[in-house]
Amino acid sequence: MENKFIVSSSPHLHTSATTQRIMLDVIIALIPTTIVGWIFFGIHSVLVTVSAMAAAVVSERIFDLIMKKPNTCQDLSALLTGLLIGLNMPPAIPVWMVVIGSAFAIIIVKQMFGGLGKNFMNPALGARCFMLIAWTGAMTTFREPLVDAVSSATPLAVMKDGAEGTLPTLMQCFIGLKAGTIGEVSALALIVGFIYLLARKVVSIRIPAAYIISFAVLTFFCGKNAFNMNYLMHQLLTGGLLLGAFFMATDYVTTPTTPRGMIVFGIGCGVLTFVIRRFGGYPEGVSFSILLMNLAAPLIERYTVPKSFGNMGGARK
Amino acid sequence: MAVTFKGGFHVRDYKELTNKVKTTTLPDCDMHIFPMRQHIGAPLEALVKKGDYVTVGQKIADSSAFVSAPIHSSVSGTVLKIEPYFHDSGTKVDAIFVKNDGQYTVYDGIKPKDYRSMNKDNMLKVIREAGIVGMGGAGFPTHVKLSPQQKVDHVIVNGAECEPFITSDHHYMLEEPDKIVFGLKMAMKILGLKEGYIGVEVNKPDGIASIKSCKEFDSSIHIVELKTKYPQGAEKQLIKAITGRNVPAGKLPADAGAVVVNVATCVAIANAFQTGMPAIEKNVTVSGDAIKNPSCFRARTGIPVSFLIDQAGGFVAPPEKLISGGPMMGLAQYNTDYPVTKTTSSILAMLHAPKTYDPDAPCIRCGRCVEHCPMRLMPLKLADASHKDDIEMAERYNVTECIECGLCSYICPANKNLLQFIRMIKPDVLRKQREEAAKRG
Repeated sequence: MENKFIVSSSPHLHTSATTQRIMLDVIIALIPTTIVGWIFFGIHSVLVTVSAMAAAVVSERIFDLIMKKPNTCQDLSALLTGLLIGLNMPPAIPVWMVVIGSAFAIIIVKQMFGGLGKNFMNPALGARCFMLIAWTGAMTTFREPLVDAVSSATPLAVMKDGAEGTLPTLMQCFIGLKAGTIGEVSALALIVGFIYLLARKVVSIRIPAAYIISFAVLTFFCGKNAFNMNYLMHQLLTGGLLLGAFFMATDYVTTPTTPRGMIVFGIGCGVLTFVIRRFGGYPEGVSFSILLMNLAAPLIERYTVPKSFGNMGGARK
Repeated sequence: MAVTFKGGFHVRDYKELTNKVKTTTLPDCDMHIFPMRQHIGAPLEALVKKGDYVTVGQKIADSSAFVSAPIHSSVSGTVLKIEPYFHDSGTKVDAIFVKNDGQYTVYDGIKPKDYRSMNKDNMLKVIREAGIVGMGGAGFPTHVKLSPQQKVDHVIVNGAECEPFITSDHHYMLEEPDKIVFGLKMAMKILGLKEGYIGVEVNKPDGIASIKSCKEFDSSIHIVELKTKYPQGAEKQLIKAITGRNVPAGKLPADAGAVVVNVATCVAIANAFQTGMPAIEKNVTVSGDAIKNPSCFRARTGIPVSFLIDQAGGFVAPPEKLISGGPMMGLAQYNTDYPVTKTTSSILAMLHAPKTYDPDAPCIRCGRCVEHCPMRLMPLKLADASHKDDIEMAERYNVTECIECGLCSYICPANKNLLQFIRMIKPDVLRKQREEAAKRG
């Protein structure tokens, strides 16, 4: 008996996947759109995203210290939340607002409810909506990419109530040459990042597909310009739809874990986004839709529990 | 196209360590130890006593109960003592110690059986007397399995061998395909079926080819290629893949019209009829990164595991973990003294135990356990119920259906040992259900 073995409950193998690696994968997937945003909107946008990340991580650490909890910064979830907040900001927003927004996301939305895995709504979106209400002016002032200090209406605002300005072409929308938040402008970069997430099997396609398809169907048949393919494509490629569908509506913590629940969640987001964009007071409704559906996620999950193997029937053909 | 079930996950299989080596026989081992519990069912009583001389294939323990299986000596020699000894279940079990005289004198009664003239009952008797149990690890007496109350229309040989590392059944396919097919034909005859199925994961193409080209193989045998995925070899998942049927919760495979027997069990059945030799041998894979020369041995039962490890070159360095069975469902051992039994399929020595599971790690609700659970359960909810000691919640989420395959724990990125939590609450739910059933009368 010279050997001492560890005796424990099976299984005795474990995957190499970790929470940290998943967070890192999402951060990697966001790099293309971040870089495009930086190129289009210049040095101030770099400052905004970096300070959002820094504020998020520092808030997390301070909270851990105050609550005498172990350091949770290394799971990278705070860094990811910070990055998402940065990408959801208009390029010209004052940095101090971003810092407050990040701290709000981490401390109020996430940590107050128990930290990672316990928050009931997406921290980044919670912060964005808080800021939208607190500083409506700064949060809705957008500008054209690649030019300095020319404020401009977003394509969605143009489509909504015919605000000053002309719609960019679809190709410009696809590449990202349009007004919008730092991380939402380039559909191309967002799609590249999302393909990486799918390839790494970090997210399933259920929520984004259900979201985008349900939104597209409603917009095509019941939109302001129904049966207009051009209008539909503009609706899809502008605003935060792709950023929201790919990276916010797929947040694990605040969405259902059941396969059918994910579809229901995605459809709910699509319907709400359509309703807000079509009938609401705001030109954009992605954030509110996802937040509202976050609140419904536990309920959806409860009613979409998969039928277990032994209760599926079909014992005899 | 390989068939499969919904859910599951391809776990890295490490089979390359032993799937190219030949099965080797072992030199004489001085002492063979036969624990009197190698099956599920009624306990056995010893038929020999200290000082008796026993021979190869001689019955040394039996019970009069139907659900039980006798044990035979795998060597000839003298019974030294009968006393409690280590068993891979972790407890000590009464065991018969036989000192091997190295002669391997065969017991008188061992002779081929005339199966052609036998009826079903006599054939079942042969299987029972040979002490054949589910050799994949479950240890359920095979004669009980082959006499179902329900009407059965599928008999399936389980050659999935989905546990990582283990190649014992694979070696049977390569080296004794005729016995597998013959054993299946005996099972078909007993069940009155014209056709039989052998399910093999596609990661064993040479095994499939070997069975297809063997003498016994004919048009009554269907080889079904299964997708390589864990737990493809779980009984219910195998039946689903091959017949498309779901075994209902709380029911037996026979309720879905199927009987599943393991490859090693088929070989034992073939031996029992062809030579009359009972179940006294077993392919045992000795593998893992702590083993110097990972091997597959044809081991006589009762041989101590430490002897097998020595024959495989010993440890390269002291392992942190020793496992009897596969890494997903096997039992961690605390020493190397326990003997090989009829249900031992492998011995794994790992240099490093996997990262210690962290009960406090936050679940990030990634849903992987839900997506991959082969029983379509929600392990995160079950673990939550266990954490809160909420028996009703665990029952609502069908905890009793869990087959304890361990995939949820394996796949969890937050490092939670979900299965351990499930195991903690499952007996409570079962007890509650028993009490309720008793109340209803």
